[in-house]
Amino acid sequence: MKDHKGVMIYAEQRGGKIHPVSYELLGKGREIADKLNVELSSVLLGSQMVEEAQELIYYGADTVFLYDHANFREFDLINYKRNIVRLIEEVRPEILLLGATHLGRSLGPRIAVALSTGLTADCIGLDIDEQDNLVQIRPAFSGNILAYIRTSTRPQMATIRYKVMQKRERDPGRRGEVVRKDVELGDPLLALVGKESSSGVNIAEADVIVSGGRGLKKPEDFKILEGLAEVLGGVIGSSRPLVDDGWIGKEHQVGFSGNTVKPKLYVACGVSGSPQHLAGMRTSDIIVAVNSDPSAPIFRIADYGVVGDLYEVVPKLTDELRRRQPG
Amino acid sequence: MISIVVPIKQVPDMERVKFDKEKGTVDRSSAPGEINPFDLNALEAAVQIKEKLGATVTTISMGPPQAEAALRDALSRGADRGILLVDRAFAGADTWATSYTLASAIQRLGQTDLIVCGEKTVDGDTGQVGPEIAEWLDIPHVAYVSEIRNVGEKMVVVCDMEGDRYLMESRFPLLITVTKDINSPRLPSFSDKLKARKAEIEKCTAEELSAVADASRFGLKGSPTRLSKIIVPSEEGRKGEIFRGNPEETALRLADALKEGGLSENVK
Repeated sequence: MKDHKGVMIYAEQRGGKIHPVSYELLGKGREIADKLNVELSSVLLGSQMVEEAQELIYYGADTVFLYDHANFREFDLINYKRNIVRLIEEVRPEILLLGATHLGRSLGPRIAVALSTGLTADCIGLDIDEQDNLVQIRPAFSGNILAYIRTSTRPQMATIRYKVMQKRERDPGRRGEVVRKDVELGDPLLALVGKESSSGVNIAEADVIVSGGRGLKKPEDFKILEGLAEVLGGVIGSSRPLVDDGWIGKEHQVGFSGNTVKPKLYVACGVSGSPQHLAGMRTSDIIVAVNSDPSAPIFRIADYGVVGDLYEVVPKLTDELRRRQPG
Repeated sequence: MISIVVPIKQVPDMERVKFDKEKGTVDRSSAPGEINPFDLNALEAAVQIKEKLGATVTTISMGPPQAEAALRDALSRGADRGILLVDRAFAGADTWATSYTLASAIQRLGQTDLIVCGEKTVDGDTGQVGPEIAEWLDIPHVAYVSEIRNVGEKMVVVCDMEGDRYLMESRFPLLITVTKDINSPRLPSFSDKLKARKAEIEKCTAEELSAVADASRFGLKGSPTRLSKIIVPSEEGRKGEIFRGNPEETALRLADALKEGGLSENVK
């Protein structure tokens, strides 16, 4: 295993845009590489992304392996895998990290099996033990437990949750090397025949979320929450039952079968806090709960809670915050 | 006729399962087992294809003897055949070993056109087993499928990519993993339940599977990842300041608290 050396980050892009989780992984990857005293590299597959490759260096990479091909503008599962596997066999890193995005969680498993190595999903913590092994920390059982996992094979692979690791400050003075690699293409087996962008919000990115649950009496009452969201500069979230009942779109759903969110502020209004809901928002920085039931589980993870009727409390809170705002 | 395989997992009911904070263990006996909820969507998708175009739907599960109940449940919901991979040698498998074992069992079945998996399980929550099976079998896959647009010579599906929807087209064989959005799983009728109770569940041991597979890759022994410890986090150091009283006053105090935390106005 000693012949595997270095940390490699998969730099995710879609349609020519680097996913911000890639910069976060470079931040953590830099820390690990320095601890192990090895090189941090990154692999980028895309079309005409030389400038972006340079950005990866500014954010911490020593070397960027660039696979530039018109076909690679969008996700090409089979050919991405083919080229990454070939690169890993050549460079032999001891650690390979990907973002736990839909793309990363689709691509990672294929690379792991192709390389006959282990893969740990959706980590929220990484550490190096005394034997220089990677300790991978991840939630399981809908976030009820944290599992610590080690990998006996190399590279040690993990997908890492978005918005958990810290990216470094961009340093345009950092030097590194962009290495262009030959692209190997085979039958992609899958064809992308269309792309639809949903107009909706991306609540996974939001800094403030005001969520509604069963405490709301009718769909129109989301308006009350919208008022608060507007003052706070946030977006609307929802627990699953309201989505199932068609009160609001799926893109607003927070929870295990919806979106995992980590805003700076999460305001849960009339959300009781089922295990499924908590699994999707328990890592929020500050959690506020408004609920008329003092025994609601949401209060157990709240920083601030109001026991009261959301129909009374939320409009008053909105007015009060608006009154205090400058201008 | 299309032949479809749906791998399923029996999981504890997440609303009821208990965790031992001191020992850091999951008490699986504290809650009854059920089919992983995401697998119900996979099964429903397969059964809908069967009803429309004609297909055989085979469900496979790897698990302890009591996982037979999950396969019976699957039969009552429209599957034609249930196969249980049951052996101590399979126990303790991570996703790599699990996917290898399931892929081997699928290979043993002969020609399979389509494999439909749930997006993830509620206990493991990795979402890795589906794509890993596809790699073992060297067939393409599409993960996070929220809609099946067409099944004919080729299959066209909608893949959810965090806000964007990608229309993917593939020939068979193909593996897809489906999200909760794809359908609403049916409830089995009473007579279907009765029929399923009497149906035969086929069993397959490690030795039988070894005819097509490398037994050193099964179970804990074959798993490249190891669990070194579990922590049951106690409530995560939240302030836990709860305001009670009249709405005016509580709203005011909450506004003060938010202001103190620098959260009272547009934080962008």
